[in-house]
Amino acid sequence: MAVSNILHLGIKELRSLWRDPVLMIFIVYAFSLSVYTAATAMIDSLNNAPIAIVDDDRSPLSMRIVDAFYPPYFKPPVLIEQHEVDARMDMGIDTFALHIPSNFQRDLLAGHQPAIQLNIDATRMGQAFTGNSYVQSIVSGEITTFVERHRQVSVTPVDLVLRAKFNTELNSQWFGAVMQVINNITMLSIILTGAALIREREHGTVEHLLVMPVTPFEIMASKVWSMALVVLVATALSLWLVVQLWLAVPLHGSVGLFLFGTLLHLFATTSLGIFLGTIARSMPQFGLLMVLILLPLQVLSGGTTPRESMPDIIQHIMLLAPNTHFVMLAQSILYRGAGISEVWPQFLSLILLGGALFGLSLSRFRKTIASMA
Amino acid sequence: MSAKPLTELSSQQSVAVLKNVSLHYGKTIALNALNLTIPAGVMVGIIGPDGVGKSSLFSLISGAHAIQQGEVEVLGGDMRNKLHRQAVCPRIAYMPQGLGKNLYHTLSVFENVDFFARLFGQDRAEREQRISQLLDATGLTEFADRPAGKLSGGMKQKLGLCCALIHDPDLLILDEPTTGVDPLSRRQFWTLINRIRSENPTMSVLVATAYMEEAADFDWLVAINQGKVLTTGTPQQILQQTSTTSLESAFIALLPDEQRDRHKPVVIPPRNATTQDEFAIEADQLTMRFGHFTAVDKVSFKIPRGEIFGFLGSNGCGKTTTMKMLTGLLAATEGQAKLFGKAIDPHDLSIRQRVGYMTQSFSLYGELTVRQNLDLHARLFKLPSQQIAGRILEMAKRFELQAVLDSLPDALPLGQRQRLSLAVAMIHGPEMLILDEPTSGVDPIARDAFWQILVDLARQDGVTIFISTHFMNEAERCDRISLMHAGRVLVTDTPENLKNARHSASLEDAFVEYLQQEVLREATPQSDLNETTKSSMPATTQSNTTVNTTDAFNLRRLYSYSRRETLELLRDPIRLTLAMVGTLLLMFVVGYGINMDVEDLKFAVLDADQTATSRDYRLNLSGSRYFIEQPELYSHAEIERRMQSGELSLAIEIPYGFGRDLARGQTVEIGAWIDGSMPTRGENIRGYVQGMHSHWLTTKSREILGSAVIAQPAIIETRFRYNPDVKSLVAIVPAMIPLLLMLILSMLTALSVVREKELGSIVNLYVTPVTRLEFLLGKQLPYIGLGMLNFVLLVLFAVFIFQVPFTGSFFTLAFAALLYVFCATSLGLLISAFTRSQIAALFGTALLTLVPAVQFSGMIDPVSSMQGVGRWIGEVYPATHFLTISRGVFSKGLSYAELQPAFIALFIAAPVLLIIGVMLLKKQER
Repeated sequence: MAVSNILHLGIKELRSLWRDPVLMIFIVYAFSLSVYTAATAMIDSLNNAPIAIVDDDRSPLSMRIVDAFYPPYFKPPVLIEQHEVDARMDMGIDTFALHIPSNFQRDLLAGHQPAIQLNIDATRMGQAFTGNSYVQSIVSGEITTFVERHRQVSVTPVDLVLRAKFNTELNSQWFGAVMQVINNITMLSIILTGAALIREREHGTVEHLLVMPVTPFEIMASKVWSMALVVLVATALSLWLVVQLWLAVPLHGSVGLFLFGTLLHLFATTSLGIFLGTIARSMPQFGLLMVLILLPLQVLSGGTTPRESMPDIIQHIMLLAPNTHFVMLAQSILYRGAGISEVWPQFLSLILLGGALFGLSLSRFRKTIASMA
Repeated sequence: MSAKPLTELSSQQSVAVLKNVSLHYGKTIALNALNLTIPAGVMVGIIGPDGVGKSSLFSLISGAHAIQQGEVEVLGGDMRNKLHRQAVCPRIAYMPQGLGKNLYHTLSVFENVDFFARLFGQDRAEREQRISQLLDATGLTEFADRPAGKLSGGMKQKLGLCCALIHDPDLLILDEPTTGVDPLSRRQFWTLINRIRSENPTMSVLVATAYMEEAADFDWLVAINQGKVLTTGTPQQILQQTSTTSLESAFIALLPDEQRDRHKPVVIPPRNATTQDEFAIEADQLTMRFGHFTAVDKVSFKIPRGEIFGFLGSNGCGKTTTMKMLTGLLAATEGQAKLFGKAIDPHDLSIRQRVGYMTQSFSLYGELTVRQNLDLHARLFKLPSQQIAGRILEMAKRFELQAVLDSLPDALPLGQRQRLSLAVAMIHGPEMLILDEPTSGVDPIARDAFWQILVDLARQDGVTIFISTHFMNEAERCDRISLMHAGRVLVTDTPENLKNARHSASLEDAFVEYLQQEVLREATPQSDLNETTKSSMPATTQSNTTVNTTDAFNLRRLYSYSRRETLELLRDPIRLTLAMVGTLLLMFVVGYGINMDVEDLKFAVLDADQTATSRDYRLNLSGSRYFIEQPELYSHAEIERRMQSGELSLAIEIPYGFGRDLARGQTVEIGAWIDGSMPTRGENIRGYVQGMHSHWLTTKSREILGSAVIAQPAIIETRFRYNPDVKSLVAIVPAMIPLLLMLILSMLTALSVVREKELGSIVNLYVTPVTRLEFLLGKQLPYIGLGMLNFVLLVLFAVFIFQVPFTGSFFTLAFAALLYVFCATSLGLLISAFTRSQIAALFGTALLTLVPAVQFSGMIDPVSSMQGVGRWIGEVYPATHFLTISRGVFSKGLSYAELQPAFIALFIAAPVLLIIGVMLLKKQER
């Protein structure tokens, strides 16, 4: 009859959570407004990049170049003088500063191969790198068109036809929305279970449970299922209402398959939450532990930056983290429309990791529960 | 405590006048249009059941709680008036209910008193003199270095008294100071209070107590019930008025009829001792050690079935530990215990079905209703589900809980909650009950009702009851009692025999004698009853030296909070280490993990041409450091599949006839598919492919078409400034510093305030002269120090481990860091104003700092590129400005002059955040 204990203790957890208005509001916020703001404000591709142009040429060509920069990729360019360049870049006003020298058009038509100088603030990695190629192709495009009108030039013989698959516009809003949901799944599941354990410990109710005919396994399993259920329901609602309806992000694959993957992930993260709850003695300690565990988990999982670019050693270590696999399967299913035949390795990894974490947490929970009372 | 004649009392001034005062918490009415005039210069006792408004009354008189309705005049002024509160709070001392609730448990005895002394603005000499006198007088001198959390209950209350008396109050308010304290300590406590009063006769003392024996010795009594005053007068008058002989029965007589009718004297039928041979509990040489400390020392007893066995002793003497060993919660270090003849095995769940246990504090689920609590426990004890509803009603009837079945336990008075605890412990019909101080803080009627239930259970149902208590009248109801002290059982016998053995009139006297004998044997001075030899209390003659207690801003009070916060932080090694090492660890992980450069991208080619030219094109890609070639593709379906699984980030299709057409000068198309699921990466791949394509084209054109064709018409010279090698670390590490400082510091400061709210020590802000600004700044300073230390470590780490070039002035950055750390800690304080529980503070701080710091402060994209709400947050968020400064100083070699706008923003943000925090903090409970 252990199942009935797990069921009833889990219902108790749900009731406790229901009566904690602050926590409930945070759950709702994390899966609605937080997703929305993250999606609409996080711009991974080039967007509104600030650019300034020093136009010493003031020729029709240089005017054309100035006019070629416009939103949404660039902010309308600001025309400045040469001496202002350094100060503005120092203050971080411009990411790009383009200097068109005097007599540029004349030298170009004379075939002198003049040079345009492009300054880039390389402390802004994202914009600097992507923006560089945009600026280059815009400027050289204008130059080529201009030159073609004045002189016969042979056509490029090989065309490169580039197409982006899955997210043809490379729309970062699609990416941001789903990744925020994924990050919040991990965060909430760890916090809710860990906090449920510590709350029990701080209110002295652990002691109470221990004198009843329930085993530590039942206590732990009840917290795992109840908190996982809360996060799973919140995830489903968030994907449907916020991501699909509000933000109008197309989801390619099967949401059902993704939710099943989420369930496996939650099995692992809620166990992790219990584990952390046994280490921390109080809420503040739990909070600091959370910061130390959660931030690396999220940053290094491949949800923010591509895994390929991380040092090998970190890539290997992160294979031990459930989120890494979860991010992989989420991206495969939701962005690329992959099915179980493509993502089964991640499902398997999550099952193994979840089992290991649950076992580890349970053994630690058994050892420490007596000293909690 | 000689009772003064009434005539003298009435002629005296009053210390507090309450007119028509009402107070409610949500729907619960604590005080209901109460009128009361409390005489000055005497010891006034407030008696009444639990939850009738005694504590509420005290919190209004002390100024801890804001007045909702009516008038409260204390020490000659209106307590609504902020100026008056400020003026009188140095003259009032308030000791809240609960053992050491307003003390700091990691601080030593001396440090606790010292903290309060500083709050009242006393200088060093005065402090030292007063503290040593107070500690001497209370016998705590020997324990001056012991952490408050490790004191026994009685000693905690004495320490609380020291803290209350440090500033010579004119009005001393003690809320149930002796609840949960053993008889000996209780006696010592009152002796102490009496001596203080004899030396300072003008002082008024206001006491709430649950012990009617104590109340009998007070000068004047107020009986309260259901938020209203029942009667006032000297104990004599009250006895006469009700024609009773004891205050306990007098109180019951004063109650309204419907309540009084519920009271029935406890009737204990004699025990039918036929089952003597069978023992329910056997303890044999039971010992428990925690490290070097022996909590329970060779305790042995045998309790037959159906007996009511009382367990008495001072707080911390090992009663609870013994009970925990009996329930299997703790495994004994030595010795053995048997329940129903079976050795206790924590893994044996069947024995738990036969035992009910009730812990010292209320430990049921506050978030579940009474019915849900009962239901949960019934199910956990595996009652058949069709019987559960009936059993719940049966228990509710027996324990008189029918009316409150759907209320939350937190809303119930203590007496009802205790009955609920007992109902829960009884739900499965156990044969034995282990009850740890079940009646602490419960009023007489509820206690008697509770005891009647126990007696019935024992006598009618044969339930064995093992109960610990501090009440002597309860001890007398037990069949046998054990007296425990310092881990040992001193004596076990029937109450009658114990009294006879000591020739004492009462059980209490007998116990005090036993305890004293034991204490003398140990010869520890803290329990020396003969305290007359001790130096006298600090007298009123010194009160004029207490200065500067009412001014608006006092550095000494601020420093007192700073000092205490620092000590607490240092005593909490985990919090401290995590706060120190945490930032470094995160810096390390994230610094190496976040990398915007995309390398080692996997690609494959669908080569329909298979000529030298197409292979050359492939080599051009696979030869670069950005791409790694995977096994060749053979169909479009394969492209689809392998990209879907995430194996390939790029697929290239070279059409049939590519080499031939190219040689003929015909236009050919190469197709490239990029995985766009991660837009940043997609952009990067696009850039790489385009670059390599045109590179290949240039070389190839020359080869095939001859050098006559296009040289580029113009050159674009790209200069990557500040970070010429375009290294991620150089870009990311200076941006991590603001993020980590913001996160860790705001979280620590928010928790430091909310912790006080949760633990109850926030009451010191309400009732001492400390102002809100002093309180917040005082708590903030240590974290600013910690933040600066973190900052220096992070910079060293960045420069020496990550090798990020540092081009500007360290002092410019350090100055900005100071402002920023001020902002981050102020933000934490601001968040603390909205949150009441530590978990909410934690969660809230993480969301409110991490999201804007990572996404909107320009860490990845500049704020100027953002839109909407994100843009607006980014513009005002302090992290944005510190990020500008950090990058400017690290990479751009800038100085203060160039960064001035960012500095100005921080200059404005820091005080603004703090002021909002101060305005939102409440100086009174509401």
